[in-house]
Amino acid sequence: MIPVHYYLILSAVMFITGVVGVLTRRNAIIIFMCIELMLNSVNLTFVAFSSYLGNEAGQMFVFFVMAVAAAEAAVGLAIVIALFRNKQTVNINEVNILKW
Amino acid sequence: MSSELIVFLVLAAVAVLSGILMITRANPVNSALFLILNFIALAGMYLTLNAQFVAIIQILVYAGAIMVLVLFVIMLLNLQDEEPLRETLTKRHYASLLFALLTLAMLIEAIGWMGGDTLDRMQQQSPLAVANGTVQHIGDVLFSSYVFPFELTSILLLAAMLGAVVIAKKRFP
Repeated sequence: MIPVHYYLILSAVMFITGVVGVLTRRNAIIIFMCIELMLNSVNLTFVAFSSYLGNEAGQMFVFFVMAVAAAEAAVGLAIVIALFRNKQTVNINEVNILKW
Repeated sequence: MSSELIVFLVLAAVAVLSGILMITRANPVNSALFLILNFIALAGMYLTLNAQFVAIIQILVYAGAIMVLVLFVIMLLNLQDEEPLRETLTKRHYASLLFALLTLAMLIEAIGWMGGDTLDRMQQQSPLAVANGTVQHIGDVLFSSYVFPFELTSILLLAAMLGAVVIAKKRFP
């Protein structure tokens, strides 16, 4: 059998990939997708612990995380569309009206 | 090497490579397609963890619904390619990469600390894992112990639906 560490390390690597994406990319939609990647890497940790500890609570959490991610996708993409309608761009360097 | 380990390594390689390719593609459509590949590899990973329900939901909700929505928006906005990453590398990029690698080292260190009897217990999946992952068991638990959060989820989805309609409307109030 595979020890649980393998899953945890894979999850950590995927999470950091998402972090690097959020920090380096300028396209709002790609940043949004990187956040989805980070949510998914956390889901992997939940399911791995759920399966190795024999407790279904982790899979319940994944269910609710997916519901929140779906809601976030709908609202986030609506914001991107509203942004594009006003600024004609999704480059976050050019969207700084809340910056001081 | 056992067959389980080979399956795990193949899925892990697909997941990591598609993640890295996703954050390095200039074209958002390519990024989205690599993210879908990543989600499918993760669904396979959930199957190796005996979580059938989560694996199916991963494909249906993530690879299906959410990514179709993302691709739809990308196509709708008709975006140009972002300028290639390597031409715009700044100090900030290197700093964020350094920060990310340090965080990764910290996470792996934290995983390494999980020693002793926790380590012995976590060498293989619990015998309960197969029964816990079935749709029947998930449904039982969801509609008994977790029925209140489940109902709250419906309010969350309603609020998100209304919010998305209001924000994306032509004349934002």
